Amino acid sequence: MSARAYQVVHVTDYTYDADVSASYGRAHLLPRAEPGQRVLASSLVVDPAPAEVHEHTDYYGNISTYFRLSEPHRALSVTSTSQVEVDREVHAWSAMDHARVPAAGAPPADTGLLGIELALPSPMIPTVDGIAAYAETVLVPGRPLGEALCRLVDAIARDFEYKSGSTTVSTPLETVLQDRHGVCQDFAHLMIGCLRSAGLSAGYVSGYLQTMPPPGRPRLVGADASHAWVSVLVPGVGWVDLDPTNHQPADHRYIVVARGRDYSDVPPLKGVIYTKSTKSTLQVSVDVQPVTPVLF
Amino acid sequence: MSANSPGPGLVDGYRERANPAFDEMLDAAGTVRPAWQPLASALDLLGAAGLESTRLNASRLLDGDGVVYRTLGTSEPQPWQLDPLPLLLDDGEWSALEPGLAQRARLLNALVSDLYGPRTLLRQGTVPPAVVLAHQGFLRSCDQIRVAGPAQLVTVAADLARDQNGQWLVLHDRAASPSGSGFAMENRRVISRVLTGVFREARITALAPFFQAMRLGLQEVAPASAEAPRVVLLTSGPMSETAYDQAFLSQLLGYPLVSGSDLTVLDGKVWLRGLDGLEQIHVILRRVDSDFCDPLELRPESQLGVPGLLEACRLGSVSVVNTLGAGVLENPGLLPFLPAVARALFDEDLLLPSARSLWCGEPAALREVRDRFDDLVLKPIARGASRSSFFGWELSAQQRADLLARIEAEPHLWVGQEAVTTSTAPTYQTGAVLPRSMVLRTFAVAQGGTYHVMPGGLVRVAGQAESLLVSSQAGAVAKDAWVLSTRSAPIAEPWRLEGTPSEVRQSVVSPRMAEDLFWLGRYTERAEATTRLLRAVRDRTRDVTQTGDPTEAGCVDALLEVLTSVTATWPGFTDPVRRDAPHRELLSLVVDTTRTGSLAHSVENLTAATRAVRDYLSPDTWVVLGNLDTVLRELRQAEGDRELLVGQTLTRSLGSLLALGGLSAESMVRDLGWHFMEAGRRLERAQQVVALLKAALLEQRAQDVDALVIESVLVAAESILTFRRRYAPQAEATTILELLLVDRENPRSVAHALDRLTGNVRHAPGSEALQAEVESIGAYLRSGYARAVSSPVVGGRRPALAEFLGTVERRLRSLADEVAATYFEDLLAPVPYEQAMT
Repeated sequence: MSARAYQVVHVTDYTYDADVSASYGRAHLLPRAEPGQRVLASSLVVDPAPAEVHEHTDYYGNISTYFRLSEPHRALSVTSTSQVEVDREVHAWSAMDHARVPAAGAPPADTGLLGIELALPSPMIPTVDGIAAYAETVLVPGRPLGEALCRLVDAIARDFEYKSGSTTVSTPLETVLQDRHGVCQDFAHLMIGCLRSAGLSAGYVSGYLQTMPPPGRPRLVGADASHAWVSVLVPGVGWVDLDPTNHQPADHRYIVVARGRDYSDVPPLKGVIYTKSTKSTLQVSVDVQPVTPVLF
Repeated sequence: MSANSPGPGLVDGYRERANPAFDEMLDAAGTVRPAWQPLASALDLLGAAGLESTRLNASRLLDGDGVVYRTLGTSEPQPWQLDPLPLLLDDGEWSALEPGLAQRARLLNALVSDLYGPRTLLRQGTVPPAVVLAHQGFLRSCDQIRVAGPAQLVTVAADLARDQNGQWLVLHDRAASPSGSGFAMENRRVISRVLTGVFREARITALAPFFQAMRLGLQEVAPASAEAPRVVLLTSGPMSETAYDQAFLSQLLGYPLVSGSDLTVLDGKVWLRGLDGLEQIHVILRRVDSDFCDPLELRPESQLGVPGLLEACRLGSVSVVNTLGAGVLENPGLLPFLPAVARALFDEDLLLPSARSLWCGEPAALREVRDRFDDLVLKPIARGASRSSFFGWELSAQQRADLLARIEAEPHLWVGQEAVTTSTAPTYQTGAVLPRSMVLRTFAVAQGGTYHVMPGGLVRVAGQAESLLVSSQAGAVAKDAWVLSTRSAPIAEPWRLEGTPSEVRQSVVSPRMAEDLFWLGRYTERAEATTRLLRAVRDRTRDVTQTGDPTEAGCVDALLEVLTSVTATWPGFTDPVRRDAPHRELLSLVVDTTRTGSLAHSVENLTAATRAVRDYLSPDTWVVLGNLDTVLRELRQAEGDRELLVGQTLTRSLGSLLALGGLSAESMVRDLGWHFMEAGRRLERAQQVVALLKAALLEQRAQDVDALVIESVLVAAESILTFRRRYAPQAEATTILELLLVDRENPRSVAHALDRLTGNVRHAPGSEALQAEVESIGAYLRSGYARAVSSPVVGGRRPALAEFLGTVERRLRSLADEVAATYFEDLLAPVPYEQAMT
């Protein structure tokens, strides 16, 4: 498959019912460059104009932007615009079958520091009893890994309902597991929890999905919003990105913004404000447009 | 024991109870160790009675310094418990221990540099990655943050115990923001004053050079760009367990104590927000846990931190020490790997061993833990609310099975540590000297490229004989630790270091400090006014009981209602039942802390405000507050008839409150902070006087009753003598109004208070509007006074006066609001952004 290029515009709008005197923000909104993905251009515009903006590469190699507003304001708008070229290799499930689901208590494979880190519980994906029990039925020790991953993705799609607005950022994994519904963050956390419970290394991916419903086919979930999926370490292959929400591997339609242990490492936008405002509104819009890359 | 001791001495008694393992004072044969001989002799000379009075003296000094320790989950701070007997360590022993402590500090510093830098130790497996990566103190957002210069850890502490062979072992390292060095210095100050004889004879290595090194060490970590580095101590607040330790350390070092809300991050730099501008801060000695230091990147709910602090650290404009994220070192799971780290980083052997620890993330260690469960202390690698340690031998079969299941589910989060049979040290307890388990907290500070170890440290001994758990949280008692020198002559301990830059220290007054000082002034004045009024009223009630005179009785009824009105403690004496038997209500107005308007309530608020600006005030303030607290507590706890005690209590309270006024007048620099305190005091006085006049004089009573009421009002307003000197013997409403409202020469008048207030307000930046308002209130007072006091009495009331005083009262109240609106700002707490779900 040849490379595809996209323009992504991600707008976050806040309004407040009283002046905000100061605002400190941190964004993970500029896509990272990595194998399979080239960032042609990206910019972050904050309105009103911030007093200062700094950027650094964080612990996981993501682009992290700090900004501060010091003029009183009642609306805040953060817009990231990026042009990204994606040429991601997609592995057939069978290409991962040489590896196996590890046996319980098996010594950990040599997965490097990141692999070790992503096999451990994380702030939003603690060790939850029910997760291991749920995962066991699919991630059977010794089962070919490609097959196991395919089944896990299918099982989550079958057992859990995508329900927009059914959870919040702070909904614990236990609740998702019990209620059997959630949004893409929850699905990603759930799948990561399953993989880690089986001794596999798995991380969280924050990004976008381009959706163009083919004629007569339903529109895929995750369009026009930021999206989240899972990256799992497959011995001999490397990190493989899978989307439990749409039960498919992440291909050239997926644009990676940031990677971490779970959502808490890479929220698109977080911050603190100083205000007497008690009510605020939040609106997010994401637009992913295929473009013809400008060739240099 | 000493030859001249009368009868069986304390040392003999101690010998009988001594610990079979290792005792600090007695060797295995029961002989007093050479270093302890002078103290042992002194013990026998002092005897139990002497020791008891030494202990009492120590506790009085500690009270006088206001030394408290707060136990988590209790609102009342506990007095700091200090044993009169120090721990003695001879030169030889200390010389053997010191290099190990210095090496350990250096090692932890190198370890933390690696963990937030290249992480070579993890990549090469010298430290198993999961020990660090699963520890909640490993803060990814602190990655690559480096404090300028080699020292990432400026202060490092370790808790040490001695095993049965006398070998020192480290139980845990305290490397995040170690507490206790201030307590250690306080212990030394107190013990050196109560054990003067022994102290003078022994050659004790001084502690002051350690703090001198700390002061320099903090300057040294400033970013290279800082020409004259400004250093502050970031406090976790007056409610934190070690608030005293923090405030004392700040005074000792001469660096101001600030709250997160006093600081702000602008243009990538940290600033101290003063009322008259911003001042850049280059070094922050933090006593706030890392994850509370920046609500933007760490715990969003934290009210103790500064948003943007991490970014400023990343940009290198400020050095926060110990480096943010250093809490990763407070991890018993690291202990088994330290020898290997020492070899890998320094090619050195670890000089000072740790208590033997098994990290359960390793299968062999987990097996041993399972097999030897009953001998071990089971510790989570990170401390936390739901993560406590367990003594394996204390658990029931069921508890044991449950804990083992928890450990096996997440073995990498647990450590099994060999229980150490700690040494015992002689500790005074109710008439005897007893052996008690002890732990020594040592301190090291980085300065001039090396770690200096405090000679001695903070010793804590268990409260009970059997107790193995030695912590201030668990009721432990502190001890001073003396390192005896064979070389140097005894050195007097200056409690303030040479060249403390105290004049620089308080050049900046933040809105929070201004507010605390303003309220400190207000509550001091309110407490004094309440005391005087209570005393005046009580004197009348006593007269009535003695004479039964109906005029007096009428006066008492009137005054009781005045009291209720001025203190705003309705229904109070408006209820005739309470008026007839006023004693209970009067007592409540003195001692009931839960009643807004009572004396005790004002004193409590006054104490809270004092705590919040502790480093600003003369240490003598605590002597006075301590007395005040004692006086009220004694009355509260007194048995039987407390009526007689009330008068005495009020007189003693008044003495203390006057002493506070004296400290303000005689012991404080006239800087901006002082002016805020004084402004609060003057404004409160004006309001108190107006409230008193309004309550007492608007109503016309029988002439002889009114005369008595007016006399009492004059007593309460501390103006009776002036009045008698100046006016006719018969008190009249108009003359008292003149004296208390418009007489600018009377320091107790509203006009005088306003004059003083003008002077105070003038020092505050941008106060033109406020000055104008103060002057306008003064002008109104003078111009409206004549008409208001001479207007006729209508139906037994003075309506024109009522309106006049009402206006003055309203204008004073809005003036106070205006001061708050101009300077104190609403300390807005940072609120997290709402976050979107997809």
